[in-house]
Amino acid sequence: MAERSFAREVEDLKLGAGQEFRGEGILAITKALLECGVSYVAGYQGAPISHLMDVLSDAQDILSDLGVHFETSASEATAAATLAASVMYPVRGAVTFKAPVGINVASDALANLTSGGVTGGALIIIGEDYGEGSSIMQERSHAFAMKSQLWLVDPRPDVASIVKAVRDSFDLSEASNTPVMLEVRIRACHVHGRFASRDNVRPSFPLSRALEQPSRDTNRIVLPPASYLHEKEKIEKRWPAAVEFIRARGMNETFAGDIDDIGIIMQGGMYNGVITALREAGLADVWGETRIPLYVMNVTYPIVDAEVIEFCRGKKAVLMVEEGQPEFIEQALHKILRNADIPAKLHGKDLLPMAGEYTAQVMGQGIGAFIRRWRADVLPDAARAPNIDRVEVDDKIRALADVVPPRPPGFCTGCPERPIFSAMKLVEKELGPHHVAADIGCHLFSILPPFNIGATTMGYGLGPASASAFNVPAGKRPIAMMGDGGFWHNGLTSGVGNAVFNQHDGVIVVVDNYYSAATGGQDIPSSRADNRSRSTKHPIVEAVKGVGAKWVRQIDRTYDVTRMRDTLREALTTEEKGPKIIVASSECMLNKQRRVKPLAAAAAKRGERIVRERFGVDEDVCSGDHACIRLSGCPSLSVKPTSDPLKDNPVAAVDNSCVGCGHCGEVADAAVLCPSFYRADIVSNPSAFEVRFDRLWRRMIGALQRWRAGRRVMFEQEAA
Amino acid sequence: MNVSVAPISTGLSQARPISVAVLAMGGQGGGVLVDWIVALAERRGWYAQSTSVPGVAQRTGATIYYIEMIAPDASKPDRHPVLSLMPAPGKVDIVIGAELMEAGRAMLRGLVSPDRTLLIGSSHRSLAVVEKTAPGDGTADASQVYDAANVAANRFIAFDMAEIADSTGSAVSAVLFGALAGAAALPFTTEDFEATIRAAGVGVDASLRAFTAGRERATAELKRDPKIKPAPKPPLGKRFPRLAPIGHPDYDALVARALHLPAELHGIVAAGLQRVVDFQDVAYGGEYLNRLEAVPRDATGLLQAFAKYLAVAMAYDDVIRVADLKTRAGRFGRVRREVRAADDQVLAITEFFHPRIEEMAGLLPPRLGEKLERSERLAKLIDRGRKLRTTSPASFLLLYCVAGLRRFRRGTLRHAREMRHLDDWAQRVRKFAAQDVALATAVCEARRLVGGYSDTHSRGETKFDKVMRAADRLAGRQDAAEWVQRLTKVALKDADGAELDGALRTVETLFEDA
Repeated sequence: MAERSFAREVEDLKLGAGQEFRGEGILAITKALLECGVSYVAGYQGAPISHLMDVLSDAQDILSDLGVHFETSASEATAAATLAASVMYPVRGAVTFKAPVGINVASDALANLTSGGVTGGALIIIGEDYGEGSSIMQERSHAFAMKSQLWLVDPRPDVASIVKAVRDSFDLSEASNTPVMLEVRIRACHVHGRFASRDNVRPSFPLSRALEQPSRDTNRIVLPPASYLHEKEKIEKRWPAAVEFIRARGMNETFAGDIDDIGIIMQGGMYNGVITALREAGLADVWGETRIPLYVMNVTYPIVDAEVIEFCRGKKAVLMVEEGQPEFIEQALHKILRNADIPAKLHGKDLLPMAGEYTAQVMGQGIGAFIRRWRADVLPDAARAPNIDRVEVDDKIRALADVVPPRPPGFCTGCPERPIFSAMKLVEKELGPHHVAADIGCHLFSILPPFNIGATTMGYGLGPASASAFNVPAGKRPIAMMGDGGFWHNGLTSGVGNAVFNQHDGVIVVVDNYYSAATGGQDIPSSRADNRSRSTKHPIVEAVKGVGAKWVRQIDRTYDVTRMRDTLREALTTEEKGPKIIVASSECMLNKQRRVKPLAAAAAKRGERIVRERFGVDEDVCSGDHACIRLSGCPSLSVKPTSDPLKDNPVAAVDNSCVGCGHCGEVADAAVLCPSFYRADIVSNPSAFEVRFDRLWRRMIGALQRWRAGRRVMFEQEAA
Repeated sequence: MNVSVAPISTGLSQARPISVAVLAMGGQGGGVLVDWIVALAERRGWYAQSTSVPGVAQRTGATIYYIEMIAPDASKPDRHPVLSLMPAPGKVDIVIGAELMEAGRAMLRGLVSPDRTLLIGSSHRSLAVVEKTAPGDGTADASQVYDAANVAANRFIAFDMAEIADSTGSAVSAVLFGALAGAAALPFTTEDFEATIRAAGVGVDASLRAFTAGRERATAELKRDPKIKPAPKPPLGKRFPRLAPIGHPDYDALVARALHLPAELHGIVAAGLQRVVDFQDVAYGGEYLNRLEAVPRDATGLLQAFAKYLAVAMAYDDVIRVADLKTRAGRFGRVRREVRAADDQVLAITEFFHPRIEEMAGLLPPRLGEKLERSERLAKLIDRGRKLRTTSPASFLLLYCVAGLRRFRRGTLRHAREMRHLDDWAQRVRKFAAQDVALATAVCEARRLVGGYSDTHSRGETKFDKVMRAADRLAGRQDAAEWVQRLTKVALKDADGAELDGALRTVETLFEDA
């Protein structure tokens, strides 16, 4: 079960013609897929398209009513390969994953798919994880479209335009026998807006018919001589067909303006930013009226040369607003304009930065520079010379740079992965630092304070693979990390299988938290949940042994820091050869709380006995050393000032967000820190016996305490 | 905001959307707040667009949400507005910081501008990892955020919304929504706000309570004289007990004696005296004063530092003291309040102890203790984590008895060692006091390196001893005090001790040239 439920939103998928859909961008895409008569949908979760997968998961009933097959793929490669169903049969299919990392993984399948071409519309929805908040390397998906000759649609970032793009893309795919990538940027995925919905459409060609009446065509298989034929076909038939379709359908848009000796060309995704920048310069309004002509490329590959030529003819200068590097489109425009002898001066990355997100500020500066150079006369005075005195303001704000602390993402309160790294810290103290190959997943937060563990990441599930070279005789072994998500994505073969086969002597730690947690808590094969549409509860340990690993340890409670530390130490020092594999399992706390809290609340309401655990610190015992925090970093374990004049430092304190995971107490024990921590078990609806015993014992304790208090000097604050 | 002026000749509409940026930490309910704001605008027939960059930032990191909203234009019924997906510096009407430093971050990003921005911030602090892990006090200076906000924002509203959320059983997001209503920056009524919360349908009652409290508070803040700028709560001051008789004849005699010390010292001496008497007995208080009086009384600064660290050193943290603090009257009640256990709930408290052989042997007479301390077999037996449920009879009695060992404390190995270490330090202080008061004071203050339990304690003591040796070497130099202060600072910041060793090597170079 995913961490967010879309049970309510899913109802919106049933909207029909004449009704208005309101919601998030990726929800709208889901609705559009159903309106387009899609037969199957597959994908792999990951920001920013995780919600798309979660919505589909929650919408299984609606999907099966419509006869749509939905699958959570093992990886992006699996998802892309799923589109093979549209090669021979007139069925529409869509897959989704994050980009460009997902395309990296899927590129083998995508290249094969594109070479042979498709019969039914094949759509690849990519969530472009670029710019602020991105968790991956900053690259463009554009290059994939160019190298494989598949089309890249980059719609204006509002819900209505994105939905139209989905509809057009299926038609484009079928008109040109080519898969289409629909690129949605991170903010557009989460943009809230509205569009006029249509009725959902049942797929006209059921998948079962394909199975019952299979057809084949050797010419669609990537093997010489067909593969040579494919290349020719791409250039001679599919490309021109695509260009013709894009033009005829009007997928790209031109907005006229009265200042028509200059113009701006942009990727569709840049449109709202351009309008905002023009609006600030007094050259456009919030309703999309513009005084500068605009050419919006909702399809960024292939380029429709004729439209570009038309737009640029008669202009002194045009600006290409193209986010990301290198400037593929700008380069292409130079060639198009030169071939057509159009004299318009082309600007782009000379006025806008080559690298980095085109934020509102960057866009404002770039477009401002363009207009000042060619038509400064149309700018209002305010846009040319803003006159606010900001000296004092700026000084005080600059001073904040030293005050406001960085706040990178980190392990949640009660996260079961925290104790694994606390244990690694403790082992590090004994055996010295080790080379740690990190991986993608929540566990990558180990590279940040307070743990500062992990040297490299090479891609999802590739942690152990990235330690492959370190299989040489040495005084220390490498440690490789991998999450359960990465493990099933490819790590079982690329990491564990590879290590077994090559007799690797390192340590592999598989972090098993019962979910694909970093992407939003989706189920995977080793999940412990009952899932009515997926097969779960396949232990990682069995899989690992199945590929031949011998030294395997299962830890069922990662919070046991002492055991975790001892197991790690053993793995690093044992005489045994071959990979040493530790599977550290405990449920993701974020998901556990979501699962357990409502159950506990309901049980308490029914009058059942419920125990709530949380931790605390005895302020007078705490010495203010903060060693416990340096081995934890738990959000609920913080410090607070103390009024004790004999204490120099703030003391540790546990706040009410504590979920009672026990990590702080376990660390204090394993690291022999201090006895300040206590665990409180708060029992709601205790049994009658419990209450009576508690009362009796509290009275006795009270008597003992009073007796001792009477024999010592008592000071005011204690009495208070 | 959203003012419609007659279109100028270009035909462009002059309407502009209201823009709102929300800066929150993952898990603070920023998403809920944004959904409410969007629903509020749509309820009144406005267009609203919100975006966020959640991704992994959800996991406790800083997250920014952005909303633009605009009323429909009757003359363009079929046109949808083109709204921005990200805030532009200097162009945001309302900025909401769900925590004080997040409000600071909004200003750093240039989102708050004096000509238009209403800044609403919750003044509570949720400390970042870097603030918490510092061995000393690493908490960021809140007053600078207020200083900046008071000049950077057009209007600035700040109060502790976490406290209100806590007392109303809701979340900061509901209080912020209330503050937004109270600030009257959006053209919607209180009823619209409340209806929005009701329509969302989750935790309605608690949310409405928090909303109302937030709205009323913000309204009150706005009525205040604009010349009085919001300011942070003063930091928690140290609470010095009074140096006064309490009706215990022996203790009062000590008080009478201590009153002869310079008046500036009375606060810290009272605190110190109470601590050592509480630690052991009244006679121990007498020892405290003896040691204090042995230092020349004309150097008040030195005496003050000495009075403080002498008390800390004498009331060292041993097993007896921990057992005592854990079993005292009043502690269980305090825990009950801290963890918010209701009267009808049963509370069990479990302690996490990990005594080493050193701590156990420390309870024995010196000679026996020293012998047992060397036994590896015994060490193995003792050295392991023990969880004791203090609220259960057996564990309580065990700890209660250990606490009762107090009267034998003077005869223990640990006490002998602590006193030797202390005397060594006190002697050094007295020696330096004669020639260099500043150095003696610095040596006093270096004592803050010693503290804590087990490994932490021995690590601290090792660092302290190194600084003391350096002090001996530096004595006689003009800059000796400065160096000792510097070394103490380095040692404090440095959990592993590597930087201190580096600094000590630098000290050595001072003598190479000579």
